[in-house]
Amino acid sequence: MKTWHLTTPIADEDIKDIRIGDIVYLNGSMTTCRDVAHRRLVEEHRPLPIDVSRKAILHAGPIIKANDDGTYEMVAVGPTTSMRMEKFEEDFVKETNVKLIIGKGGMGPGTQAACKKYKALHLVYPAGNAVYAALHVEKIVDAQWKDLGMPETLWSCQVKDFGPLIVSIDTNGDNLFEKNKIEFNKRKEAEIKKIDAQVKFIK
Amino acid sequence: MDTMTYDYTEPVLSPKGQKMRDILADYITVVSHRLPDDVTKKLVELSKIEVDPLQRLIYDTMMENQMLAGKLKRPSCQDTGALQFFIKCGAKFPLLSELNAILKDAVYRATKQAPLRHNAVQTFDEFNTGMNIGDGIPSVFMQIVDDSADIEMYVYMAGGGCTLPGEAKVLMPGEGYEGVVRFVMDRMTSYGINACPPLLVGVGVGTSAETAALNSKLALMRRVDSVSPNKNAAKLEHLLEDGINHIGLGPQGFGGKASVMGVNVINTARHPSAIGVGVSTGCWSHRRGKINFDSDLNYDLPLNEGVEL
Repeated sequence: MKTWHLTTPIADEDIKDIRIGDIVYLNGSMTTCRDVAHRRLVEEHRPLPIDVSRKAILHAGPIIKANDDGTYEMVAVGPTTSMRMEKFEEDFVKETNVKLIIGKGGMGPGTQAACKKYKALHLVYPAGNAVYAALHVEKIVDAQWKDLGMPETLWSCQVKDFGPLIVSIDTNGDNLFEKNKIEFNKRKEAEIKKIDAQVKFIK
Repeated sequence: MDTMTYDYTEPVLSPKGQKMRDILADYITVVSHRLPDDVTKKLVELSKIEVDPLQRLIYDTMMENQMLAGKLKRPSCQDTGALQFFIKCGAKFPLLSELNAILKDAVYRATKQAPLRHNAVQTFDEFNTGMNIGDGIPSVFMQIVDDSADIEMYVYMAGGGCTLPGEAKVLMPGEGYEGVVRFVMDRMTSYGINACPPLLVGVGVGTSAETAALNSKLALMRRVDSVSPNKNAAKLEHLLEDGINHIGLGPQGFGGKASVMGVNVINTARHPSAIGVGVSTGCWSHRRGKINFDSDLNYDLPLNEGVEL
């Protein structure tokens, strides 16, 4: 488990030695981007109104406070389930050249392929820690697609030491959750056998 | 395209109704800022048994986050859920006729006060109401239990990544309780990994999809350390808790010594041809509160020692 500090813009070179299970802290630009924004880019072919090339996206829907002077403040932010974006992510990475995809839980073969081919990482922020995360957002610099409502707006943030981010897919296409799942499933079958012998309540 | 809006005018409530609404809005705010005592206690216990640096880092982040949420009075998780109320009410509770309006308006006000995320999307018209209330949100599940003038209610922030995507199915009796075990365990290694472990797992057993599903939700209202009064159901709780822990999901599904805060089973009778089973997973940030009122709106908060509204 190595610890890395990355600053946007991120070059392929910066992330090539980062492996699954490593910890990353991010400085620079990170934009929240989730279900409908992915769909608009990939299915509706609408260009993303915020440039995320060589930067980071966060699968998240934050709680935002709108100030009277037209600026916004991050109250609470944390990742949502990344797997919901799996259907779109390979094309999303290809179209946008995003380098860090941050979310919760694992992602699947499409994202793995994209991380390998286009040199990107999927990382997990420990979910539920929304105040801790919000305090590492220095500023909200832009907000686009506000018609989607507070959770789904693209909130472009300037972040400082945002993390810990645990690498779940690396640029080799290795996938931490998929590896864990094989082990989890093996243990599950053994446990089910043990339990089944003791729940024969219908006789 | 015209932007659609959701029509909501705050209701005209009786003075007593207003008082109950204000208490509830304050309590919902508290529930978003601080975890119930039983959950906090269990998380501290579980954090002590994880020894690897990654797992320790995650638990340390969780503890720090809860401390900051309490200190800064902010929602500890950004997904403040779709609000759900599980209620047992006496037939003589004086505000029964106003209750639905009170609950909806309490959520409306708490959303501004806490603040809560806007989590109500009108289906088919597909727009966010921007108020965190909509048709059927908050969801209210109520039983009239006796002739008293008291009411007890659970307030639950049901999150989109954990408890809302629950599942229920009706098994054939030939599949037996082994089928129930399989159904629960399979969800742990698929959905459970992403549902923010350590989880509180609610298992419902009944006669149909909806009775099992509701039972599984009510199971999440029980305390983390509670035990079913039915001997066999309690045995299943214990077996599942050990079994899921041995899978070793760990915090956030990264592997570890424990997977769950607990497993709670609630069961009701079944038709001879059917075994309904439901699973709902509560995340580690299990924001479930309980408030009991008497007819004069004196209240107590059994899950939040030391909290005053």
